[in-house]
Amino acid sequence: MKKYSLSMLKIFKTFVLFIFVSFISLKASAIETIEISGGGTKQINIAVVPYKEIVGDKVANNRMHQIIAADLYRSGFFRPLEVDGLINKPSTLSEINYLEMTAIAAQVMTLGQVEINNNRIKVNWFLVDINKKTILTTMEFSGPVAQYRAIAHKISDTIYEKLTGIPGVFSTKISYISKIKGRYSLNVADADGFNAQSVVGSPQPIISARWSPDGKKIAYVSFEKKKPIIYIQSLVTGQRMIVANFKGNNSSPSWSPDGRRLAIVLTYNANSQIYLIDPDGSNLKPLIQSAHIDTEPIWSTDGKFIYFTSDRGGRPQIYKVSSSGGEPQRVSFEGSQNLNPNVSPDGKILTYVMQDEGRFRIVLHDLQTGQITKITDGPFDEAPKFSPNGHVILYTHKINGSGELSTVSIDGVVRQSFNITADDIREPAWGPLVN
Amino acid sequence: MKKSILLLTLLSLFFVGCSSTPIIEAPKPSDPFASDSDDDKDLDLASLRDSNNILSKRSIYFDYDKDVVKAEYKDLAAAHAKYIVAHPKAKMTLTGNTDDRGSREYNLSLGQRRSVSVKKSMNIIGAQDSQIETVSFGEERADTNCKDDACHGKDRRVDISYEKE
Repeated sequence: MKKYSLSMLKIFKTFVLFIFVSFISLKASAIETIEISGGGTKQINIAVVPYKEIVGDKVANNRMHQIIAADLYRSGFFRPLEVDGLINKPSTLSEINYLEMTAIAAQVMTLGQVEINNNRIKVNWFLVDINKKTILTTMEFSGPVAQYRAIAHKISDTIYEKLTGIPGVFSTKISYISKIKGRYSLNVADADGFNAQSVVGSPQPIISARWSPDGKKIAYVSFEKKKPIIYIQSLVTGQRMIVANFKGNNSSPSWSPDGRRLAIVLTYNANSQIYLIDPDGSNLKPLIQSAHIDTEPIWSTDGKFIYFTSDRGGRPQIYKVSSSGGEPQRVSFEGSQNLNPNVSPDGKILTYVMQDEGRFRIVLHDLQTGQITKITDGPFDEAPKFSPNGHVILYTHKINGSGELSTVSIDGVVRQSFNITADDIREPAWGPLVN
Repeated sequence: MKKSILLLTLLSLFFVGCSSTPIIEAPKPSDPFASDSDDDKDLDLASLRDSNNILSKRSIYFDYDKDVVKAEYKDLAAAHAKYIVAHPKAKMTLTGNTDDRGSREYNLSLGQRRSVSVKKSMNIIGAQDSQIETVSFGEERADTNCKDDACHGKDRRVDISYEKE
């Protein structure tokens, strides 16, 4: 297997796949339909041929295709083919040997040229249907050379949307909290884990980071004052403010879809309870009141409901309640406990952590059919978050007490861990799709 | 079911406790120029530090998935409750902790339930909520290398601390 620069690749095919979105048929008008040859798979075989790279007037190492192939692989909807052994490595349309492409079972291929001159980069690239021998996309992207990876992600996004009809998320941002030598840092990085930058650091823990819907702010919980307090920090100016610092704990912020309200959890001198508050810290009101633990609120995509974790039935389970309050309804029933919910962007699927037979696994819960699909094996998987297009889930996988940032495609087939150097990685979040 | 009966018992104890507790004298108005030595006098900090005094013991441990203060810790909780009753200027923080299994936010809530449970046991003796803040660190201070339950047991605790000590 080809080793991508990103990290180890892991493919697990032992799952019974209950849910598989037949993505090709969803938006027929916008999508190129690729004939699927060979049985049993919905992944598109793509040959990402090395883009010929020229720096000044010299031929340089080809790198851009590796970023694109790793992006497409991680999405779970593409199978980038081994291309190192190709006799013919075309960088222009006339150089394509269709017989050789057919021989490696490629359905589509991408090829191109990268020119770097005077700190500027220009990429001419193509997406080609092998069976029909037609060009699906041809484009030229250019910019400062510092945009090298960003341009590669943009190409991945374009290929992804062309063939699935759904926007790619390769140009989006993620966040995670690292612990290195006892110091905690909230970091923002590219969706493939590269270009990480620290947003805030502290000798005390930071948890529960959540992106505002416009992607300009992050709400999080910091223990720097020896108790959990909720902050909002601007990613544009770096400024931050306290949203909630009431007696007891202040935690678990969740933005409403319109960004105007936050669901938060306060305790005063009692158990965790859910409140709503404006992002400037005003207009606080309780959502529901009980003698039990109610925590981990998250808004439904349409803003009408709030899902949360509660032990009102004994063990922690997922419930939902109208965002204007009222009587909660239980949502999760399988497994000994379920917690840490997150909603898909289309509002149709919940992901959460299910404890079952001693393992903590990431599951998908189809809210229409009630179908539960276990998409990871555990034993200690935590904090699942949908990608902004709903196709991938970001989570942490604990090994020997140390968390590893990981992704899994929603069919459970492709799982990948990011290679980040830290003593522990926890509490990932995925930024929104913004243009 | 068992838990709710227990809770009821605890609650009723709480109310009985309140009604039979002697009224505490209102604290003296605070002096804005109070020095450390005034704190020492008002708070008797030496007794908190004296290793022979039960007040120097600061951790209460819990069974798995439980928030009941076990009999062996009743004297410890009672001693701290009596201390804040006797020292109206004292401010106590009860910080709940859990092991590292489950989600961070849920464990924050579990740790909180333990600190609230300790607070209630202190309320019975007359300790006032105004002198106590219950918070939680959840699993944040847990030993992440635990291999057995004896190790996890050390994480399931409430720590008692004071503002000016």
